[in-house]
Parts: sequence; C-alpha cells; structure tokens
Amino acid sequence: MSLLKTPFHAAHVRAGAKMTGFAGCEMPVQYAGILKEHAAVRGNVGLFDVSHMGEFLVEGPQALDLVQAVTINDASVLTPGRAQYSALCHGHGGIVDDLLVYRLSEDRWMLVVNASNIAKDFEHIRSHNRFDARLTDISAHTCLLAVQGPAAPALLQRFTDVVLADIPYYHFRTGRFMGMEDVVLSATGYTGEAGFELYFPASAGDPIAVWDALVAAGAEPCGLGARDALRLEMGFALYGNDIDDGTHPLEAGLGWITKLQKGPFVGREALVAAKEAGIARKLVGFVTEEARAIPRPGYALQAEDGTDIGTVTSGGPSVTTGTGIGLGYVAAAHAAEGTAIRVVIRNQAVPARVVKPPFIKKR
Amino acid sequence: MFPADLRYTKDHEWVRREADGTFTIGITDFAQGELGDIVFVDVNTVGESVEAEAVFGTVEAVKTVSELFMPVSGEVLEVNAGLDANPEAVNNDPYGAGWMIRVRPSDPASFETLLTADEYRDLVS
Repeated sequence: MSLLKTPFHAAHVRAGAKMTGFAGCEMPVQYAGILKEHAAVRGNVGLFDVSHMGEFLVEGPQALDLVQAVTINDASVLTPGRAQYSALCHGHGGIVDDLLVYRLSEDRWMLVVNASNIAKDFEHIRSHNRFDARLTDISAHTCLLAVQGPAAPALLQRFTDVVLADIPYYHFRTGRFMGMEDVVLSATGYTGEAGFELYFPASAGDPIAVWDALVAAGAEPCGLGARDALRLEMGFALYGNDIDDGTHPLEAGLGWITKLQKGPFVGREALVAAKEAGIARKLVGFVTEEARAIPRPGYALQAEDGTDIGTVTSGGPSVTTGTGIGLGYVAAAHAAEGTAIRVVIRNQAVPARVVKPPFIKKR
Repeated sequence: MFPADLRYTKDHEWVRREADGTFTIGITDFAQGELGDIVFVDVNTVGESVEAEAVFGTVEAVKTVSELFMPVSGEVLEVNAGLDANPEAVNNDPYGAGWMIRVRPSDPASFETLLTADEYRDLVS
C-alpha cells in the first residue's frame, strides 16, 4: 500500500524535509532539525502539519448521547465553542484512543483522533451507535495545522478578524481565516505553549498557499520529531507509547478525565471495578539523576533495591534542560512524587526520581 | 557526501588512515542524517583494546540512541574531546570536526578490508 499524503505534502518535499511513513501517511520528521524547531516553538512560533490525524463528525438530535456513551470525560459540560480532552475505552477498560471532543453546535460534534487509530476508532464508535446520531469520517479531506509558541497568537491574528485573545484555552471559534470561511480556530495544542490548531477542509482554499503564508510570516516549519520532544517535556501521553488497548485511564494518570459519575459509558463498569480493586501500577514521570543518562522506551525501571518495578514507555533528553526525562509504568508503591527509582541504561542502573510533569517550568 | 579517501562499514562508520598509521573513526553523513540532532557522544573505551564489531561507545540523539561499533580491531587512543561542548559537529561536519575516536589498529592492513566509498554508497542508496 502506498503512503497517503497530506495537502501540504508538496511544501514539505520542496523544503527538503526528512519524510517518513507514520500511520500510513508520509509525514515530515524534521525540517531544519529538532533542536532548532523545538527552540522556535518554545521561544517564538512553530508550524506543524498534523493533517494525518483523524476527524469524525457526530451529528443529530442524539449526538451528545453517542459522544457520552463512548467517551470517558463528561461531554455534557461542553457548550458550543468548547473542547475537552477525553478517551475512548473498551468494555474491559483498556484505552481505544485518546481524543479531543469539540462541540461545534448544539447537535454537531467533532472528534479528533490519532492517525494510527482512525479505522479502529470509527468502527468502535459505530458499533455503539444505537442513537439517532450520524457518524462521518471527514479525515481524508480535513486539513489540520498546529501553530504553537508564544508568538503564535499574534502571528495568526494578522490573518483573521476573529479576536484570538478572546479564545481561552480549550475553547474555539469558527470564522474567516486567510480568506477561508468556517475555519475552526482552536486554542489547543500538544506542546505546552500558547497557540492554536486550525481545522479547515482542503477545498476551502489553497493549503500550500496557507502554509507558505504562515512560514513567510515567521512560523518555523516543524516535524513530528520536534512534536514528540515537546510533548515529552510536558509529560503528555502518546498513544502507542504510554497508553494503548492494554492500559486503562486510571493507571495512565487520566483519572482527571475519567468521570465515573456522569452516567453509563463503555468501559465504566470495568473502571469502577479497577478503582475498587486498587490501582496496581501507575504511569509516572521521572528524571535521571546523572548527566548523560537518557531513558528510552523499553528500558527497565527498578526500585532502589534492584527489583523490577516497570518499564519506560517514553524517554529522551529534555531539549530545554538536557536532563534525561521519561514516562513509565511503575508498581503503585513506587509511584509517589520524589520516590527514588532506577532506570537500567545499557546494563547500568542509573538513579532516577519520580516527578510530576511537566518536566520544564512554564511561564 | 562519502569522501573517496575514506573507508566505510555497514554500521555507518567511516575510517581515515592517518600518516602515522593510526585510524580516525566517525559516523557517516548518512548516519548523522538518520539520527538527527545529536546531543552527546559517549565513549568509555579510551585506553582499551576493542575487537572489530564490538561496541566502543554510544551516540545519543534527541529522538534515539545508537551504539557505535569498531570498524577494525585496535586500541582506542583518544576520543574527540571537542564533542563534549560541541556534539552538533557530528551533524554539521561528520568527516571533520565531528570525528569520534582515534585508534591504533591491530592490523594496519585491516583498512583494505573495509567498504570503499562506492561500495558504501551502494549500500545506503
């Protein structure tokens, strides 16, 4: 099967980006390099093509009922113009995917899912649709650009009459952007910086021209490599690394979006039972206590006495501080902030300490 | 991209034979491009004799880590101390300032057993 291409593909190739296959799509890993792109996002503004991600519409008089039935957060608190982080769970409590839920209008919702899970998620939601709600996959013709960094709002404001400063975090407006109508301007992102994610149909304008205009305005093109380094510094879970079908939200640190009291939803009973039984392992953040000790996925985590307590699921250097940082599951007894643990790096047990992400101080 | 006076390995190291008979070793332009931004090079085998294809160190990039393999058997004489402060030299100048170790080969003729530039280019293209 040949790889899919986003509407911005030609711009990536033209710029000499290093491309890779990701979730069936040919995506840029890096342009100028992860360090330069990371610095742009933390200090100025970076531009990411994340059009490979999936978007579903849920529409109809019972759209909320379907969203509530398949997601673990309480979507009923959303008014039109608000978004929330949530997850889909299996009946056994494992995570089908994590996602963003947007209430576009009273009876119209958009679900934004991971690229690698589009087909699985769609089938999962469809299988639970016993409501008067229409589910549509609009992924193939939806553009998604993330414009992230402290200078992102000011840069974007030049291209829209929507007052971006009026959009709080996890809110959005739909409006005119660069001549295109009905662009979703969402104050969200995966970097920990200010900024927006822009959703628009590929047919709404000339995607390459939009990309070029943002770059000309000063946005640094960024690839998936920088995106991963940025999200790791914030301790944001990545589906496939830190969460998957075999992990449940309560052990993954997603208790804050798991609304067991909201009413029935797929996975609720399993999660209630897991909570009552006690959480055996927890996803934690940790930092290594030695210089040049970089954790990587798959490395073993040990207690101070050398017993195995878990595994690293994400790891790398904090590009900001140079410190080795990681996420991993550990037995619950070792999950408290400040607990001394060890990470096994090439047969060496290196001291590490459990910390609460983010791993960098934010302004 | 692959200087003709150097020899190469399938593990993406290059070897330069110096006038004094020592070998200088680094990673190729292809390898640095695959790794992306390098944050440090760790070599803890200085003073040791290391067999061909054994690990002489590691290179940590932002997104991944890779082991470094000895192209030939020999004694590791020196590590490029300049990489401590300037690891990006491996990205920017892989055959120059980004060199990694200097080695006294057990067999000076082992140079001839390594891949030529043309052979290496075929391998990575």
